[in-house]
Amino acid sequence: MSTAPTFSRHQFLPSWHGWTTMLSISVADRLAHRGDFFVGTLFRFLPIVTQIFLWTAVFSAAGTSTIAGYSRNDFVAYYLLTMMARSFSSMPGLAGGIARSVRDGSVKKYLVQPVDYVGFLMAARVAHKLVYFGIAAAPFALMFFLCRSYFPPLPDATTIMAFLATLVMSFLLGFFLEATLGMLGFWFLEVSSLIFVYMLAQYLLSGHMFPLDMLNSIALTDSGYSLGDLMQLLPFQYTAYFPCAVWLGKIQGPDLAFGLLVEAVWVVIAAVACRIAFLRGTRRYSAYGG
Amino acid sequence: MMRYLQIFGTFVAASLVRDMTFRINFILECVTSLGWMGMNLAFYLLVFSYTSEIGQGSGWTKAPFFVFLGTGLIINAIVQAFFMPSAEEFAEMVRTGGLDTTLVKPVDAQFLLSMHRVKFSAFANGLVGVALVCWGASKADPAPSLTAWLLFPLLIGCGVAISYGLIVMLAAATILMGRNQSLYDFWFYITNFSRYPAEIYTGPWGGPLRMICTFVLPILLVVNVPAHTLALPIRAGDVRLIIAAIVAAVLMLVLSRLTFQAAINKYRSASS
Repeated sequence: MSTAPTFSRHQFLPSWHGWTTMLSISVADRLAHRGDFFVGTLFRFLPIVTQIFLWTAVFSAAGTSTIAGYSRNDFVAYYLLTMMARSFSSMPGLAGGIARSVRDGSVKKYLVQPVDYVGFLMAARVAHKLVYFGIAAAPFALMFFLCRSYFPPLPDATTIMAFLATLVMSFLLGFFLEATLGMLGFWFLEVSSLIFVYMLAQYLLSGHMFPLDMLNSIALTDSGYSLGDLMQLLPFQYTAYFPCAVWLGKIQGPDLAFGLLVEAVWVVIAAVACRIAFLRGTRRYSAYGG
Repeated sequence: MMRYLQIFGTFVAASLVRDMTFRINFILECVTSLGWMGMNLAFYLLVFSYTSEIGQGSGWTKAPFFVFLGTGLIINAIVQAFFMPSAEEFAEMVRTGGLDTTLVKPVDAQFLLSMHRVKFSAFANGLVGVALVCWGASKADPAPSLTAWLLFPLLIGCGVAISYGLIVMLAAATILMGRNQSLYDFWFYITNFSRYPAEIYTGPWGGPLRMICTFVLPILLVVNVPAHTLALPIRAGDVRLIIAAIVAAVLMLVLSRLTFQAAINKYRSASS
C-alpha cells in the first residue's frame, strides 16, 4: 500500500519521501508508453535536418561566411542547443493545469491539506524532467553525436559550468513564469488566450526561432538602439538564446557574469511574482461542493 | 455524386453552425493561426535582410519565395479546414470503438470519416496565402504567363490530393496500430520537408533526400510544383515535374483508397 507524499504546512518543497513518491509516479507514467515517447523524441529532431539544408542554402547565396556573427555550423549547433535549452525551460501544460484546477475546484485540496501548492508543482515538474531526460538522453546523444561536426571545440570548464547554471536557471525561470501565468486563473478562470500570447512571445523573443543577434541589425532609434538590444531587457532570452550563446562562446568574460546575474535576478522576480499571485489568488478564491 | 455533394453540403452547414455557436473561440483560433503564421513571415523577412536569395542561383528571391510561402499556406489551409479535423477524430474513434456506428451507415466510410468536419478558422491563413501569392506574382520578373495562372489552381488541387492521400494512409495506420494519437505530430514532421524549396536539398545527403521526397513519398511536389510554376519561368524540365505532380496525385488517391479499404477489412471493433 502506497502512502501520500509528505509536506509540512510551512515547507516549500516536499520531503525526501515526497520526492521519491512523485518520481516513481512520473517514471511509471512515462514508461507506460516508452516506445511512443522514444520515437516521438527522435521525430522532434527532423526539423533540424531541414534547418541544415535551409541555412546551407542561405549561406551559399549570401556569399558570406557569417551572418550576425554565426557561421553555418554555428546556426545548426544553435538550433540543436536550443532544443536542449527548451527541454529545460518549457513547461507543457503547467499554466493550463493550474488554471484548470482553479476552475474545477481541485485546487482546494492543496489549500486545506498541509501541502504547499507551488512546492508540489515544482516537485512534480522536477520529477517529470528527470524522467524525461532519463529516456530522452539516448535520442539527444544520438543526434548530438551525428551532428558533432557542426559544433565548435569543447569550451573550457568555466563556460561549461556557466552553461549548466544557465540551464538550471532557465528551468526555474520557465517554471515560475508559467506558474505565475497559471495563477492568473484565480482572477480570470480561463487563461487559454493569455497562454497563447505567452507562447507566441516566448517562441519569438526567446531565440527559439533564430539567434537574437540577428535582430541587432534592426535599428529602432537614430542612436543605433536595436531590436536586439530591446530583447536583452526581457526575461525570455534566458529560456533559449542565452544558454546556447554561452556554449557557442558568443557571450564571454564580464558579459557572461553579468548575464548570469541578470538571469538569477529574473528567477527571483518570477518566483516572488508567483508566490504573491498564489497568496493573493487564494485569498479571493471561493469554492463549494465535495 | 449529387447525393454525396448534398451530404457534404450538410456537413459544411453543420460545421459552420458549430463554429459560429462558439464565436469567441472561432476568433481566437483565427488569431492563433494568424499569429504563428505572422511569426514565420517575420522570420523569412529577417532572413531576406541578410541574403537576396535562398540557394545560390535557385531563383528563390524574396518575391518568388513569398509566392512559395503563400502557396503553402493555401494548400495547408484547405487540408486543415477539410480533412485534418476529421482525421484527428478518427484516431479516437478507432480507440473507443466509435467507428462501428460510422461503418454501418449507408454512405462510403472513407468519405464520411475524412470529410465530416470542416474547420472554418483554418481559412484565415489561406486568405493571407492568397494575398501573398498575388503580391509575389505581381513582383515576379518575368510576370507569370497565362498558362502558369491556369495551371496554378490545378496544381494546388494536386497538392491537396497528395496531402489528402497521405492523411488517409496515416489514418488507416491507426486501425492497424490500434493507437495513433500523435497523428498530427507525425503529419507535421513528415510535411516539414515540403515547406522549403526543393532546390535547398543538395549535396550527398540532399540529393537522395530530394529524390525520395519527390518520387517515393511525393511531399516535395505538394507546394514546390504549383509555386515554381507561378513564381519562376517554366522550363522544359519543369513540365516533367508538372506531369509528375498530376500522376502522384492520382496515385496517392488510389493508393490511399486501397490502404483504407484494407485497413477497414482488418478492423475489429473495440466496443462491446
